[in-house]
Amino acid sequence: MTLRQPSMLAVMSIPPTTNQAQGPAIHVQGLEKSYKDLRVLRGVDFDVARGGIFALLGSNGAGKTTVVKILSTLLKADAGTAGVNGFDVATQAADVRESISLTGQFAAVDEILSGRENLVLVARLRHLKDPGAIADDLLERFSLTEAGARRVATYSGGMRRRLDIAMSLIGNPPVIFLDEPTTGLDPQARIEVWQAVKELADRGTTVLLTTQYLDEAEQLADRIAILHQGRIIVNGTLAELKQLLPPAKVEYVEKQPTLEDVFLTLVGAGGKNGDAYKGSQDHKTRSNKK
Amino acid sequence: MATHFLGDTAVLLGRSLRHITRSVDTIITTTITPIAMMLLFVYVFGGAIDTGSVSYVNYMLPGILLITIASGIAYTALRLFLDMKGGIFERFQSMPIARSSVLWAHVLTSLVANVISLVVVVGVALLMGFRSGAGVSAWLAVAGILILFTLALTWIAVIPGLTAKSVDGAGAFSYPLIFLPFISSAFVPTDTMPGPVRAFADNQPVTSIVNTIRALFTRQPIGTDIWTALAWCAGILIVAYIFANISYRRRIS
Repeated sequence: MTLRQPSMLAVMSIPPTTNQAQGPAIHVQGLEKSYKDLRVLRGVDFDVARGGIFALLGSNGAGKTTVVKILSTLLKADAGTAGVNGFDVATQAADVRESISLTGQFAAVDEILSGRENLVLVARLRHLKDPGAIADDLLERFSLTEAGARRVATYSGGMRRRLDIAMSLIGNPPVIFLDEPTTGLDPQARIEVWQAVKELADRGTTVLLTTQYLDEAEQLADRIAILHQGRIIVNGTLAELKQLLPPAKVEYVEKQPTLEDVFLTLVGAGGKNGDAYKGSQDHKTRSNKK
Repeated sequence: MATHFLGDTAVLLGRSLRHITRSVDTIITTTITPIAMMLLFVYVFGGAIDTGSVSYVNYMLPGILLITIASGIAYTALRLFLDMKGGIFERFQSMPIARSSVLWAHVLTSLVANVISLVVVVGVALLMGFRSGAGVSAWLAVAGILILFTLALTWIAVIPGLTAKSVDGAGAFSYPLIFLPFISSAFVPTDTMPGPVRAFADNQPVTSIVNTIRALFTRQPIGTDIWTALAWCAGILIVAYIFANISYRRRIS
């Protein structure tokens, strides 16, 4: 930690994506946390390499949110260490906050403000120049330009989530936490969010995603860790995880469309047909439909 | 962090003020109760209350102003509670901003909203015949006391705002505060009250504050009431501030 001074300067002057480029983006060791008698985390260890999407998978109450809250400096761990972007969450909380964005379980947007005002608010709080231009750029990127002047209270769940994620991108933090980003969304909105998350990772941001949906982790994550009874029980790529089970047998099964396929094919009106169900370009289609 | 405190507070204050300008109904609901009480007391009960040479509307306005503040600060608790619940609070806390800005923005918003409500209520009182010969310095003194009282009650409101489990819980604390002026010198002189009630009324904060403001409005000698009033306000402010910050630290660690 002798490098603290120079690294802090780097945070201030150079775009955050380039600083502290060595070491893992997230380092967690022996993390413990109890709520009264309930031992939620019992020694959690994992590292997240820079870039890519890391999924923390677990059932309800497994402690995923607790991990995210500790990493985003909202909660103090009882024991263990956690570092984000090379900074310790307990002793260098301010530096950690410079390096991250949190998209919590509930869309953290201001309902009374418009979408654009929400973005401007966050840009101002991150002390960035020209918050208006940043807001307009993100509205465009997330296909919210038309809705930008409307109050967020009128937005659909998917739009709210997109705005929420857009707010998290302001200032290009190198690490983004997405805590159950698609819980409570309809399938259409879910795909929109997946698209946004993929684009994020393509730009080099490290994404830590928590989810209880197995298909979500399968769709998005480069690496998957399973949090169970307060510990990480497996951690690896999807291929590695699949190898834990006996090798695949070849069986001939009639291919039935899932209800999701049916829903998305029927709902995806006009030109969007099929497109939406492959999960590609959905919101771009919408923005062209002026 | 200190360098960002003022800037961050200003940005967050701008946000909360937009909440107020976009939901003018909060100002209306804040002022409607005190105005209705004022109408009721002046035109229904007031005739039967002997306040000596002072006209009844002049007599009871200070108490009404305190009730206005007590009902106004409930919205601070509510706004804070909704921020906590909605997740935007966590977003702010996970951002590189001065953390105390989040609370101060709500406190200053409360101040602005209450000043607007007080101006509306005084305006209605003027229409109902309230008159004061108070000079500029006396008005400034009244404004100062009311601002101090608002700050003290606002910091009280921050505590349920941070700790409440439901919307109702966040607002409920204000009912006793609204009720307190009724057992004081705000509407009737305390010397008609039975012993124990009078003892309570004479020694609770509202009486000294009401008496001070009334004396300033009617250009009477203020006496020691002003020091009692200021001591109450400052004392409540300090204690509430400390407890609010303890609750805040609990929420963010």
